[in-house]
Amino acid sequence: MDSAEPILSLKGIGKSFYGNRVLADVSFDVGAGEIIGLVGENGAGKSTLMKILFGMPVISETGGFEGSIYFNGKEARFKTPFDALDAGIGMVHQEFSLIPGFTTTENILLNRESLNSSVLVDVFGPRISTLDRATMESRAKSAIAKLGVTLDPNMLIKEMPVGHKQFTEIARELCRENVKLIVLDEPTAVLTESEAEVLLSTLRLLASEGIAIIFISHRLREVVELCDRVVVLRDGHKIEDFPAKGSSTKQIASLMVGRSMEAQAKIDAASAARSTQSDSDARETILSVENLWVDMPGETVRNVNLSVKKGEIFGIGGLAGQGKLGIPNGIMGLSPAGGSVVLNGTPVELNAPRAALERNMAFVSEDRRGVGLLLDEGIDWNIAFTAMQVQNQFLKPILGGLFLWRSDAAMSNLAEEYIKLLEIKCTGPGQRAGNLSGGNQQKVCLAKAFALRPDVLFVSEPTRGIDIGAKHLVLDTLKKYNSEYGTTIVMVSSELEELRSVCDRIAIVYEGRIEGILPHTAPIEDFGILMAGADRDETTVALVGGN
Amino acid sequence: MDSMKRFVADFGLPRIIITLYLFALFFAAPFVGVNLPASISDTMIRIGMNGIMVLALVPMIQSGCGLNFGLSLGVIAGLLGATISIEMGFVGAWGFGAAILISQVFGAVFGYGYGKLLNRVKGGEMMIATYVGFSSVMIMSIAWLILPFKDPTMIWGYGGTGLRTTISVEGFWRHILDDFLVIQIGENFKFPTGAILVFAAMSFLIWVFFHLKIGTAITAVGSNPTYARASGINIDRMRIVSVMMSTMLGALGIIVFQQSFGFIQLYEGPLYMAFPAVAAILIGGAGVNKATLTNVFIGAALYQGILTMTPSIFNAVLKVDMSDVIRIIVSNGMILYALTRKTKVAK
Repeated sequence: MDSAEPILSLKGIGKSFYGNRVLADVSFDVGAGEIIGLVGENGAGKSTLMKILFGMPVISETGGFEGSIYFNGKEARFKTPFDALDAGIGMVHQEFSLIPGFTTTENILLNRESLNSSVLVDVFGPRISTLDRATMESRAKSAIAKLGVTLDPNMLIKEMPVGHKQFTEIARELCRENVKLIVLDEPTAVLTESEAEVLLSTLRLLASEGIAIIFISHRLREVVELCDRVVVLRDGHKIEDFPAKGSSTKQIASLMVGRSMEAQAKIDAASAARSTQSDSDARETILSVENLWVDMPGETVRNVNLSVKKGEIFGIGGLAGQGKLGIPNGIMGLSPAGGSVVLNGTPVELNAPRAALERNMAFVSEDRRGVGLLLDEGIDWNIAFTAMQVQNQFLKPILGGLFLWRSDAAMSNLAEEYIKLLEIKCTGPGQRAGNLSGGNQQKVCLAKAFALRPDVLFVSEPTRGIDIGAKHLVLDTLKKYNSEYGTTIVMVSSELEELRSVCDRIAIVYEGRIEGILPHTAPIEDFGILMAGADRDETTVALVGGN
Repeated sequence: MDSMKRFVADFGLPRIIITLYLFALFFAAPFVGVNLPASISDTMIRIGMNGIMVLALVPMIQSGCGLNFGLSLGVIAGLLGATISIEMGFVGAWGFGAAILISQVFGAVFGYGYGKLLNRVKGGEMMIATYVGFSSVMIMSIAWLILPFKDPTMIWGYGGTGLRTTISVEGFWRHILDDFLVIQIGENFKFPTGAILVFAAMSFLIWVFFHLKIGTAITAVGSNPTYARASGINIDRMRIVSVMMSTMLGALGIIVFQQSFGFIQLYEGPLYMAFPAVAAILIGGAGVNKATLTNVFIGAALYQGILTMTPSIFNAVLKVDMSDVIRIIVSNGMILYALTRKTKVAK
């Protein structure tokens, strides 16, 4: 299906956000009728690349990009997504961008409706023309027909099953006259296995009509099955570009997560240094989780069983949306949960944050600004509040203990102590947490958890959105805290490298279940396979197909 | 220059204009024949009358329930306390004490139910509160007619059942606070020591409350409810406590108001109590989720000062008695201004 002239050709694309490089020298071509699978871990640069292609305003606002894009033989530098659409690039988003109260037809033809002309239009301009419903419906029908599926053109979006919504999105892109390239971002993530099958065959049909497709997915099996070529991104670099035929999911997975030699050596050295203390089998179990389910939107946990040894740093990894974030949120009572969580031999009450805190567990949330901080209060309040409310610290009894008086001085001292210890850059303990930078906010969140002197500390995405220097400090602090106080730490992170450099054992979550638990010394390919859930594809089909 | 700019930004230009306007009124008073000591005395009395009702808004603002437009509910509790105390035949300090005690019981009960309701409408508290205020006033309008009150000073003279629209507290506890330790200077100046002292004492109690463990928890709930929940705080309970406090303070506030005003105003009277209090605290610089005692003091002083001074000065200048018209224009104008700037917290 390759044509001589590529329809899209990316040459040396690079981009950095505020000095933080996310893409470097990425080049590849897409021919007409070709299906390219674009894969990479979270943060590998896939979405940034697509934002550049689409001329999203966020790119030009942050200083533009390097390199050049050739579309249809001409150099293209789209200023807005509208330019990209006009040029013939369609985009199907991960989140549905459909209007729930409109019908299929209305959504497909939004802003491109067929119009009736009348005298009034001649006088007052096209804004008052009426819709030509009959033509619209036939246009929508022809777009749907190209997909090879049946959709009711008059059905409201909100009444549709998820799969039909996805097809409506694609039909909308197809309905443009000159569409030559369609980008699909995780189109199958929300579909059942059978719906995904239909979608894949639809995509093949479109490709055979000469439309080029860029397919972004975490489901590697689909990528291998569907695509002509696979482009692997890792840390903003293009790692490989090879024909999908004959490759295996295992091979792609290892390319996705594999690290550069130095980084690998560093991790190995760090692992070796810690290997003496990782005789975790000998230690007693502090926390055991059985049949845990957590109803956390976007991070559903279905059935998790794991046990954490006293004093270890236990890592939980996995791709976004597989449920790794749901585990600490469920155990700490922040999201509705069920199952059994046993700490030190006694069960922990679920769905009750206070009960979890009183059992000496602490949680540093991934949602710093939403859950982790009182943005309008000072650093001292932020650090001391939980310890004050749960453990009655920083309180002076007055009138013989009838009332508990807040000791601002003690809170301030505590804040001073942590500001020094964690190198929090601020004007003083009274500075509002909302005015701190991301890294310093994260340090405040850690200090809040440390102030509780927990037995088990859950840390969720501790380095998300903070700069490299702060990252190192946060991770080092966690390690130090673990070795000095013997605190058991459960660390959830999307960054496998980070988990491997800090944790003793790492559990990988896939589709709400623990796919496997590996020691940090295990080869990186093994982690990649677990993350992609490759081993279980057959069972998954059975499970998902069943509902 | 920079510090000047920062002061303007912090204090808010409109508030500076309001303050300057108030000073201008006081300054102009002697020249247009308005008695300045009497005016200042009136302003102090009005601050004493209304201060506690402004203070009553603080707990709910701090807990994130927003401005208590349903303050009328607390006012109704206060009215019940006052009328029942009179019905029971208490006079003087006993009557005043009984009125407060009974009103606090009603305030606590009403506040609990009101708090439960507001917990079900998180995010829309202020609108629901407004309607709670309206509907409770209307229900009580029926109740005042049919409740079995018997005291002849309170019931309609002709029918023999149902309470009057205004009931004089003369002979019961009129001016009991205003005249307590009153400082009389000359003929026209009177400082209502008792009322101001009670206002100060209540302010102190609120200050203490927000320095306790529970007060700290309530502040955190208002600042970020999710954070508070993750710290093991029962958000709903904290909100109910704050609503109960607000309602009970409102009940106390109206009784203090009545002893100074001299009348108990029933039926639609409570409707006109919430907005001035809200306007005062907003002019004082409070935001929807943050209020300090300074906001209360500045707000009560500015709002009541202008409300006292504007009509008398304008009357004197225009030589026509339109004080009530001007009072309504000024007070509603200030409410309007205050509501438009409700989001930004000033120091």
